[in-house]
Amino acid sequence: MNLDDPDIWVAVADVAAAVFLLLGAFLTFSAGVGVVRFPNLLARMHAVTKPQVLGLILMLVGVALRLRSWPAVTMLALVVVFQLLTSPVAAHMVGRAGLRTRKVSPDELEVDDYTDKAD
Amino acid sequence: MSVMGIAATVATVLIAAAAVLAIVRLERGPSMLDRTIAFDVLTSTIVGAVAVEAAWSRRTESIPILVVLSLVGFIGSVAIARFAAVEPESERRIRTREEVAAENAAEIAALEAELEAQRRARRRGSVPPRPDDADGEGGAV
Amino acid sequence: MTGPAWATATQGPPRRRARRLAEQWPMILVLALIWCLLWGSFAAGTVVAGLLLGALVVAVLPLPALGLNGAFRPWPATVLAARFLYDITTASFQVAWTALRPGPVPRGGVVAVELRPAPDVLFVMTAELSSLIPGSLVIEVDARAAVLYLHVLDLAASGGPEGVRAQTLHLEERVLRAFASHEDLQRAGLRPAAAEAGPGEGA
Repeated sequence: MNLDDPDIWVAVADVAAAVFLLLGAFLTFSAGVGVVRFPNLLARMHAVTKPQVLGLILMLVGVALRLRSWPAVTMLALVVVFQLLTSPVAAHMVGRAGLRTRKVSPDELEVDDYTDKAD
Repeated sequence: MSVMGIAATVATVLIAAAAVLAIVRLERGPSMLDRTIAFDVLTSTIVGAVAVEAAWSRRTESIPILVVLSLVGFIGSVAIARFAAVEPESERRIRTREEVAAENAAEIAALEAELEAQRRARRRGSVPPRPDDADGEGGAV
Repeated sequence: MTGPAWATATQGPPRRRARRLAEQWPMILVLALIWCLLWGSFAAGTVVAGLLLGALVVAVLPLPALGLNGAFRPWPATVLAARFLYDITTASFQVAWTALRPGPVPRGGVVAVELRPAPDVLFVMTAELSSLIPGSLVIEVDARAAVLYLHVLDLAASGGPEGVRAQTLHLEERVLRAFASHEDLQRAGLRPAAAEAGPGEGA
């Protein structure tokens, strides 16, 4: 194996891109499963914030590894930053609205400091 | 098939399954907020699908779509969350015509029952003073 | 800055607008950077256009100044970033496993966590990060009392309410050590008042 051969690095980047894409797609899939399976609104939001964000980031890293062009990579980096900034905010907004309008009954929670405080 | 071909195929299947599951939740609800969450997942499956396509065919011109989608999804979620915070219970979902008719009938029945109860009470001569009667006229019997 | 914070945010006479432009130049730089990243080039024309657009956005769509008087410490920031990458990976796969494994899904709970007194920016940063990383999600914030209400998906796995509180406080400590100013660190009780600034401190 000749490491100076640029073709090898192309192949390595492609394989790494494939792995990242697969991991990202798997996490996105698990987010879909979580959104259907989890019992209440707040639990479902966990599926949206964690596996989905990381899944998206991994897929975008995979795309960046595959495209290997600077304009595309900077734009993808921007998407990742936007995701990291916006996803918790969106989840918080949704969760707060859900809690305030009592979409989740305290019986579904093991511990509920929020309702305990309000009472 | 190349490594990228296999990976892209498997990833597409997984993403499509996620999209179907998101649509299931979108249909089930039960509240607007659950649907927002499902929509969020759906948006990111679209982003994922565009990303996989871009990686497979090595196209760069679809990348701006990802930027736009990632922002639009956020703005949509926040807008719906603000809107849903004051969402009345009755507007959780669009009702069928039969359900609306049934609800109207129930409302009319309840009103009639209330009127009937008042009429009976008046006949017995024991109408309680209304709280909005500031001058006490209603209570002075 | 004198006067209430909103005074700079309202549409004011041109003098106030000019002052805002002068005060919020970091924001303009950030917006110009985003513009350049979107175009994927740092050509002179793109940079100038980005700066002009950034100035326009700051002038026309005013926001109150953040009042940043923090510090940046490279090593704690690296620790924070590395720990963040590790945590988001484990948290994601944990949630994925919780979703995919057979059997009932845990009930979860809402835990109140009282944070240390800290500037608003760092409080928000802690809240955002705690949504992404340990098994928690911020659902309600009491900014005045510095209390976060976190929803935890799997309470048992996170060590119960006490475990969640400890995790979140550790996260906040990492954020403060990376970005808080010397005085804020003292106020948060993370540094004795008499301690000298160590090496690599940029207050």
